[in-house]
Amino acid sequence: MTTAVDSTRSKRDAPYEGPLLDVRDLHVEFVTRDGVAKAVNGVDYSVRAGETLAVLGESGSGKSVTAQAIMGILDMPPARIPRGEIRFRGRDMLKMGKEERRKIRGQEIAMIFQDALSSLNPVLSVGFQLGEMFRAHQGASRKEARDKAVELMDRVRIPAAKQRVNDYPHQFSGGMRQRIMIAMALALEPDLIIADEPTTALDVTVQAQVMDLLAELQAEYNMGLILITHDLGVVADVADKIAVMYAGRIVETAPVHELYARPAHPYTRGLLDSIPRLDQKGQELYAIKGLPPNLLRIPKGCAFNPRCPRAQDRCRAEVPELYPVTEDDGAPLAGRGSACFFWKETLHDR
Amino acid sequence: MTANGSSALGATVPEEVAFAQEVPRGEPILEVRDLVKHFPLTKGILLKKQVGAVKAVDGVTFDLMQGETLGIVGESGCGKSTLAKVLMNLEPATAGSVRYKGQEISRLSGAALKAVRRNIQMVFQDPYTSLNPRMTVGDIIGEPYEIHPEVAPRGDRRKAVQDLLDVVGLNPEYINRYPHQFSGGQRQRIGIARGLALKPEVIICDEPVSALDVSVQAQVINLLEQLQSEFELSYMFIAHDLSIVRHISDRVGVMYLGKMVEIGTDAEIYDHATHPYTQALLSAVPVPDPTARESRDRIVLTGDVPSPANPPSGCRFRTRCWKAQDRCAAEVPLLAAPFWLGGAARHDSACHFAAEREVGQSAAEREVGQSAAEREVGQSAAEREAGKAGSGAD
Repeated sequence: MTTAVDSTRSKRDAPYEGPLLDVRDLHVEFVTRDGVAKAVNGVDYSVRAGETLAVLGESGSGKSVTAQAIMGILDMPPARIPRGEIRFRGRDMLKMGKEERRKIRGQEIAMIFQDALSSLNPVLSVGFQLGEMFRAHQGASRKEARDKAVELMDRVRIPAAKQRVNDYPHQFSGGMRQRIMIAMALALEPDLIIADEPTTALDVTVQAQVMDLLAELQAEYNMGLILITHDLGVVADVADKIAVMYAGRIVETAPVHELYARPAHPYTRGLLDSIPRLDQKGQELYAIKGLPPNLLRIPKGCAFNPRCPRAQDRCRAEVPELYPVTEDDGAPLAGRGSACFFWKETLHDR
Repeated sequence: MTANGSSALGATVPEEVAFAQEVPRGEPILEVRDLVKHFPLTKGILLKKQVGAVKAVDGVTFDLMQGETLGIVGESGCGKSTLAKVLMNLEPATAGSVRYKGQEISRLSGAALKAVRRNIQMVFQDPYTSLNPRMTVGDIIGEPYEIHPEVAPRGDRRKAVQDLLDVVGLNPEYINRYPHQFSGGQRQRIGIARGLALKPEVIICDEPVSALDVSVQAQVINLLEQLQSEFELSYMFIAHDLSIVRHISDRVGVMYLGKMVEIGTDAEIYDHATHPYTQALLSAVPVPDPTARESRDRIVLTGDVPSPANPPSGCRFRTRCWKAQDRCAAEVPLLAAPFWLGGAARHDSACHFAAEREVGQSAAEREVGQSAAEREVGQSAAEREAGKAGSGAD
């Protein structure tokens, strides 16, 4: 118990230089009646303090499972992690004991879920649920916890926080509930926040409010942020860099401006092309043909090959690794990678 | 009595069914006038007493033209799905009229209602819950024929269902499969096939793609557009994704708290919006282009949508509006083309101060909006009561 407290303190004293979070070759599988579903098949990404990484992907791409593995909230079994490292401040969390991980969860890495109504306990007041963070992690008294809850609600700009602290989740609107989720994630001033589709359930006008708030708080506390989403619009608005996932692998990484201007993977290109654009009105939308793969039967070779306009025999036989993307003269493009044998051709497609 | 051979898939319409006359393209097929749907709020168990009403749809007027797509946008709770249900006659209207081909349909019952329903069909949002998991695809798509046996005689049904599967791009051999054997996009195709089964003329699509994966949405949108031109369908397309609505719609209506606040062609709404709510809604949509990040001029609305059980007096948007004046609280703005505007800006807009947005002014506007919101917080209960009485009077 005491050692854990000490390690927290030493962390605050000596600033850590490397990436906050470093995921290396992570694999996650689910054992089901019909076989082993390979949800995550070798994911690498890292986040620094103050940086926003957007993980973009469709349902079943493994983006949420990766996040749950980082948080340590996967149900094991049926899930298992056969391989990989999740380094937080240089230390592999997969090798830590239960108690040590529990200390990190909430205190150093916090998570914001999509559906605030089902993530909050309906029979406890929001003040109690917010205060619980302080009572469990810092041994605060009931009174202190309540005061801190009010303070937090103020900080996420819930009007009349003092009067509403004893209200229950159902008495708040969707946007306000998501603010409470954000407040809860911020409570212990974590270094890293993982936001899993934080605005998907909200209306656009409220979505704008919530994303602005999140970005503002991130800058204020210099936190790392992993934003998991399928919304290309939200990503363009807030991300610094992007990892595009498909069938449990990262198929492309790039800084945000580069990805939208010059995608280097046919899947990314297809996603961007299928956004309705003004000058295409009345025409057919570009559509990626086919369906996302079944994780029990991921296609051989590149998982995207049955849907890819560029697929060759090689794509059906070999799995492409994440190649570094460069300019024609070989000049490296920082932070860019593409898991496509034909990234060069894709990059020049227009 | 003319046989309506042009209705979808080319079957003849039996004589007893009215509504068979053709409506030329560009003429209204559905005319909605002052449509109201209130859900009563009651108190007490035995002696139920009405204590108020949720004004889900509160005086909506518009036309749906033959062969067009009318997009309806608005936030959750604005009444767009209730509007769809009332048009389908799944919920009885509290007041107002809905005319289909010139004939009043909102108070029909029995055989007449059945005949109308054949012509107005619906595609639902969630393809996971709108298909019965215990029925095969053939039974699901063929079920409308049980209710309207005149459309496909018993012996032809299997063939008709297989044709429909083919039309929506599914393998006709899948007829004996169950919904769980299909992906989300394929299930939505099944839902669309069911909507087409009775050869309707109007299809109401309630968020037809919002539950689908991004890479599959475009496929379904393309299918809907292709079916429209093939079968001369008129669509009412309800969605919250504004870029998809713009892509598919000829005209767009914007709803807020049970009222239509602005309606016009897609260019009029998207490029020349004059209602502050439309402007805020459009500016809040994240643009999939990171270069636009710095130049964006977003209006962030303060607060939430007020309760439809107790909407603000006058203009319902005034509590969140940066332009709100005393007049907005006193007078309900009518949905009409503002005479003081010209060109594309002159289309129906329910705002006393309708004007196109001047880019660059928004920072100042936003501050005004803040103080308007603060004023509202301080508004006394008495004033709210007065507002309630005022809106009850009209």
